[in-house]
Parts: sequence; C-alpha cells; structure tokens
Amino acid sequence: MEALQILPQQLVFGLALGAVYGLIALGYTMVYGILMMINFAHGEVFMIGAYVGWAALTWLINAQLGGLHPAWVVPVLLLMAMSASALVGVTLERFAYRPLYTRGATRLGPLISAVGASIFLQNAVMLTQGARMKVYMTSLLFPRSWYMQIGSVRVSALVLMMTAIAVALMVLLNTLVQRTTLGRCMRAVAEDREIAAVMGVNVRRVISLTFLLGSALGGAAGVLVGLYYTQIDFFMGYSAGLKAFTAAVLGGIGNLKGAMLGGLVLGLIESLAVTFINPAYRDVIAFVVLILVLVFRPTGLLGETVPQANKV
Amino acid sequence: MLDLIDVVASYGPISVLRGVTLRVERGEIVCLLGGNAAGKSTTLKTILGLLRPSAGRITLESRRVDRLATEDIVNCGIALVPESRRVFARMTVWENLAMGAYTRRVAPGDEFAADLERVYGLFPRLKERGQQHAGTLSGGEQQMLAIGRALMARPRLLLMDEPSMGLAPVLVEQVFDIIQTINRQGTTILVVEQNAAVALSIAHRGYVLQDGCIAMQGPAASLLDEDHIRRAYLGED
Repeated sequence: MEALQILPQQLVFGLALGAVYGLIALGYTMVYGILMMINFAHGEVFMIGAYVGWAALTWLINAQLGGLHPAWVVPVLLLMAMSASALVGVTLERFAYRPLYTRGATRLGPLISAVGASIFLQNAVMLTQGARMKVYMTSLLFPRSWYMQIGSVRVSALVLMMTAIAVALMVLLNTLVQRTTLGRCMRAVAEDREIAAVMGVNVRRVISLTFLLGSALGGAAGVLVGLYYTQIDFFMGYSAGLKAFTAAVLGGIGNLKGAMLGGLVLGLIESLAVTFINPAYRDVIAFVVLILVLVFRPTGLLGETVPQANKV
Repeated sequence: MLDLIDVVASYGPISVLRGVTLRVERGEIVCLLGGNAAGKSTTLKTILGLLRPSAGRITLESRRVDRLATEDIVNCGIALVPESRRVFARMTVWENLAMGAYTRRVAPGDEFAADLERVYGLFPRLKERGQQHAGTLSGGEQQMLAIGRALMARPRLLLMDEPSMGLAPVLVEQVFDIIQTINRQGTTILVVEQNAAVALSIAHRGYVLQDGCIAMQGPAASLLDEDHIRRAYLGED
C-alpha cells in the first residue's frame, strides 16, 4: 500500500511541524496561565517574526556578503525576529491588555482587545509590506543536497535544524520556568497574583516578561516556518495561530509541557490525516481535534483540575 | 513601629474602614478582634497596599507607606500569613519557602540555608515534605508552611490573618506557641483573630473592630475582663 510507504516520511514532517506548533502554543499557554486570557494576537506576533526574519535574510542576501552559512545566518535571523516579536508582545500587553485588566474589566475585555489587536497588526503589515507573498530564499542557505537518508526516510538538514531549534527552545523555556527565580515568580503570579505581590514580586514586570518570553518563542517559530514553507504573507498568523491554540488546548491550556506535547501530537495527527485521508483535509482534521478535545476532555491531555486559588 | 491614623478604605461603594487608628509598638504582639465583616482582614490588606486607603495615613517606622506598591511595602520588612493559608499549591514546599525569601534577593546560599534550617527547626514536618507539592499537605501543614514562608522574609513586622482558622484545637495551641516564640526572637506581630480567648492570652494589647471603627482597645488582660468582649467573642452569657 502506497500510503504506508510514505507514512514514515510524513511522520518526520509531522514531528518537525508539531515542534513548531508547540513553540507557538507556549505563547498562548503562558499568557493564559498568568492572565487567564487567550492572546488572540499571538498569531500576528508570530507573523511579524516571520517578516522580520525575511527582511533580515533578504538584506543579508542583497548585501552580497558571500558565504551565507546557516550556522551563523539562522541565529542572526532568530535573534532579530525574536527581539522584534518580543517588543511587539510587550507593547501589546502594555497598551492593549494592561489598561483593561488593571481596571478590573471582565475576562471578555482583554479578549476582545486581543482580537482587535490581531486585526490591527495584520492590516498594519499588509499596508506597509503589501499583500503579496514574500519569499524566503531558503535554497541559498540549505542546498537540496543536504539531507540524511535513514532507510526510506529522507530528513533534510532544514527539517533537522527546525526540529532541533524548536525542541532546544522548549527545553530552555521549561528549565527557566522550573529552575530559576524568575520562573518561580511566574508560577507564583499564575497561581495567586495577590500573594505573589505580598511576597515582594513585581507582578506587572513578571506579566510583561511572560509576554516577552512567549512572544520571542513565537518570533522564532515565525522564522522556522518561513524557512520551511518559503512563502509568507500577512495572513499566515491566523491559521498557524489557531493551530497552535488547538495544540495548547489539546495539551491542557496553562500547562507548559502540555503545550509542547499538544503541538507534537497535533503535528502527528495532521501527518496521519495527510497520509491516509487527503492532504486537503489537513486543517479540517486539526479543528476536528480541537472540537473533540473541548467536548470530551476540556482540560486537555495534561490538564489538571486544581482548585482555583481564591483571588479577591 | 506601625501606625494607622484615621484610615478610611472601601470596596467600591461599600465603605469598610471608617477611620481606623491603631498603633503597634516594636516587640509587641497586638491582636485585632472583631466579628465577621468588621474590617479586620481589610485592615491588613490596606496596610499591605492591596487596597488603597481613601483617607488617612499609614506609617512604618515613621516612613509613610500608604502610597507605595505592595512589593515596595513588603520590602520595608512586613510579611503576611494570609487568611486560609494561600500557599502556592502547585509549587513544592521548598519553592514556597524560597518565594518567602524573595524580598531579600538572596541566592540559595548560606544565609538562605540558615533561615531554612530555622523554619525547619520550628516545623520539622516541612523538612520531611520539602519536595512535595504544597497542595498535597494537610490543612495544618499548610498553615505551618504559610507561617514558615512569611518567616523566610525575616520580617520585622509579621501580619497574621486568622492563623487558627480551621485548625484542630491542639494545632491552634501549637500555632500560638510558635507565635510567642517568634515574638520572643524579636519579631513584632499584628494578629487578626476571631478566636479572642486564645489571641488575648498571648497578646500584649488588643483592639476591637466594629463596623469599620475601633470600638475598644487596651491591654490584653483588661480586654479579657471586659463583659462586652466576653459576651461578644467568648460565647459567655
């Protein structure tokens, strides 16, 4: 059967894409964990990362520096994109969400503000950059001849790099949250904001840093997706954002490991769907998964039902 | 050490504190008594800047603190043992204690280790459960953790909100013994309690809050003798 023959290859793609979904999903889940809010503009933060990475790559190519090796080009692109996305994320929090949540708006307030911010950012990018697709000249960085052959499976250097970076960033974030003082402060604020403040934590700064970290990961994912698909446009954050949101819900929203796991599982499910059903149904399957999770296991794979800390 | 002068505070349109004046001297245990909704917890919240007073002033060692952010107020040397404990349930016991030491910005080095040993000395159960999530502890253990967490800040002034609530009588006695021990070691304590008999038995002075005003004050012994207090809070006829 033909489908079975291409399955291992599809699983590799699924895993790579899933790792990137997980990276974006972390941004949703971190913000949800700390503010109980879905940052629907996170997809646009990701999209802006992709644009900044594209601009940096195009500039490097046009500068004709010669010897564009991914070993230094990719880190440069990531650094630029992550910084820009982090800035956008922190700005969003400061001007679009903080004025609402500090005045005790209902949970719906920041959510609607996020949808507005999402539309604003999409249109801002469209107006300044044009509605046409931008092309990542990935082939100049990763020649087609760079690949590993494992049996019938061919893993290109690009896919390998993408997976490695996504996994490395996830591990890094997890370590930061579990092992550092900042991570402890983030978890404390997520659990009980008032008591965290009583411990001496500057809650606003921690919330700001949470947006910074989540957005930077989103920006990195933007570069990876840009390099992988080679074409980006101002609307790319919409579907990628929804997919990553699905991954976050699948893993249990608010749970970091859940977001990573959810991303990988969603990537694999998609690759199975592509193999056995029809590539055209890829998005349909992803959202069927979202609906099924919401109906049958709203807390997600790793979601726990911890009684809410009493907040005043 | 701590002075509240004519402090007025409200939740939206509902005024809770209507001119509270009280003073805690260095080295004292002061208890704040009162029935439900008398404004006891609100007084602590206002001291900590979790609620902004609309009038009056709060000074800590002659420094005005009522306009400061909560994190800056606690940096002046105040710690809180909150009502119903509010430990970080999804963090380990050790992590909760580390959060308690956050104001001092110490690395988990010698000084931190010494404080940790002091807390573990007071509450050996916490040491056994250091790596357990706080949410898995019993109510009494959580109360010990809440106290230990506050002590990790090495506060000069410790605020305690209903430390006896929900504890078995034997534990209540233990908690109040520990409050006295902490006090003898040099920490000033302001404790809010519904359990007036126990609170007055260890306190130096007391205040009684009623409808957001100080209705009565005096040395603990004389408050214990007041007929009114006996009727209202000690359940005697």
